[in-house]
Amino acid sequence: MSTMTVLDPTDESVPQERPRAARPESLAGLTIGLLDISKPRGNVFLNRVEERLNGLDASVIRFQKPTFSKPAPVDLRHEIASQCDAVIEALAD
Amino acid sequence: METLPDEGLVAFVKEDCPTCVLVAPVLAELRAAGEDIAVITQDDPGFPAGLDAVHDADLGLSWHNDIDTVPTLLRRGGGAEADRIVGWSRPAWEEFTGVDGLGANLPEHRPGCGSLSVDPDLADTLAARFDGTGLVARRVEFASQEDEFEAMFERGWSDGLPLVPPTPERVLRMLAGTSRAADDVVAIVPPDLIEATVEKVAINAVMAGCAPEYLPVVIAALEAICTDEFNMHGVLATTMGVGPILIVNGPIRHEIGMNSGMNVLGQGNRANATIGRAVQLCVRNLGGGRPGEIDRATHGGPAKFGICFAEDEEGSPWTSLAESRGFDSSASTVTAFCGESPRIIFDQMARTPEALLSSFVATLLGNVHPRLTGMDTTIVVAPEHMARFRDAGWDRARFLEELTSRLMVDVDGILRGVDGIEEGIPRGLGLEGAQLPKFREILVVHAGGPAGLFSSTFGGWVSGPMGSVPVTKEITR
Repeated sequence: MSTMTVLDPTDESVPQERPRAARPESLAGLTIGLLDISKPRGNVFLNRVEERLNGLDASVIRFQKPTFSKPAPVDLRHEIASQCDAVIEALAD
Repeated sequence: METLPDEGLVAFVKEDCPTCVLVAPVLAELRAAGEDIAVITQDDPGFPAGLDAVHDADLGLSWHNDIDTVPTLLRRGGGAEADRIVGWSRPAWEEFTGVDGLGANLPEHRPGCGSLSVDPDLADTLAARFDGTGLVARRVEFASQEDEFEAMFERGWSDGLPLVPPTPERVLRMLAGTSRAADDVVAIVPPDLIEATVEKVAINAVMAGCAPEYLPVVIAALEAICTDEFNMHGVLATTMGVGPILIVNGPIRHEIGMNSGMNVLGQGNRANATIGRAVQLCVRNLGGGRPGEIDRATHGGPAKFGICFAEDEEGSPWTSLAESRGFDSSASTVTAFCGESPRIIFDQMARTPEALLSSFVATLLGNVHPRLTGMDTTIVVAPEHMARFRDAGWDRARFLEELTSRLMVDVDGILRGVDGIEEGIPRGLGLEGAQLPKFREILVVHAGGPAGLFSSTFGGWVSGPMGSVPVTKEITR
């Protein structure tokens, strides 16, 4: 039997493996970003999370995507990364 | 011998050519006369007898030296070709070789035969083999014991249906369907934002089962869905079961045999069935958009496999969808609309346009959810329904005017909580007492079989700049 040669239909990229950022031992004193993706009731969830975080001595910054239907803009992602130690993203409905 | 000798004569022949058989003694005469002559045979390794012919088994020598006729006699000097003649002509051969009295018993002239290296059955194979093609995709070799169809499933290339193996030969034939260069970038495909070259699109089009003449439609459709306006990333990632609905207008519909008639949204037509599939395979294999990964659809839907159909322009009294979107009727276009599965608009009783419109309105108000407004919809008007509007003299503009005026929704009836339904307009926005249009934009297409009082509607998704906007692209070869 003979072999068959075909052309690769994929983008041929090889995923780069990176380690996850280290998990914080405690949230005390950290800045936590809360990202609302702009779906209904995302704020209900995030408001409650913010209350709990305040009780843990963490400070909170709230962020919002312009629309849930598109990826977060690069500037927003950069803002979160540069201002926060960790981020919590709310899905919703 | 991978290359020809630097000096002397070289004859390309094949046994399956009467003229080559005829000139075989002449080649012997030339060698007897002291000429330095090499003979290359394309088919029978023992032909011509006694001349130590070199067998061009893979036809590489013939291919690389552009041999299109046998016999061809080359003169080489300093490692390059100096001159060539083809076929048999005694005066020409004598002048070319400087040897007189060649082939005394032969007729004066005989035309040559086609070289094996230009045999239409072999041309694609040879082009792929010798890579005169510029194809750069990685070659994947399936082992001899491997079933190629199973191997493609295992590599994750399939949408669940069998794929046509994208051999270099098939991809080359596919590329003949477009004038664009194989390394041209068609689009940046989400979600991984990968540059899709014409070659990669052609590979996926082969796998989807496309014929080469469909490739320009696949390319234009991929361009359309990969715009920021269409937002393929969101369309893919949403849990809602939507996908690109592709509608083709213009002359290419007939040129590639698309269906705009009976069973237009169903099975049975190769172009309709494979173009949408090819586009979705590009999203899967190039963009990396696979269900369970970035594709989070709860149920999905047929557009995830691919939906593509053509408008019946000739049977329509109205301007086409493409014309309504600013294109000339002579242009071939594809429009991408983000939609759900088709839903039937049923009315077998209406005999006036007003009565039929009432059924359209009743059905369309339920698009996606009766309480939701501001989305887009595509309506596929069937010929027998169209007859009601045509007979009453309604054109596209009149139809849309009547339709939109009746698709204004009282906000008070769609507020959250009304009739126990929580979906709807939030209270306290100051919209109480107002009316809102059910739709942001309505696309209208005429298509379907000659009999049957059923139109169809595709419900939309998040429509407009915050979601997806319909995009039309011109199809160029």
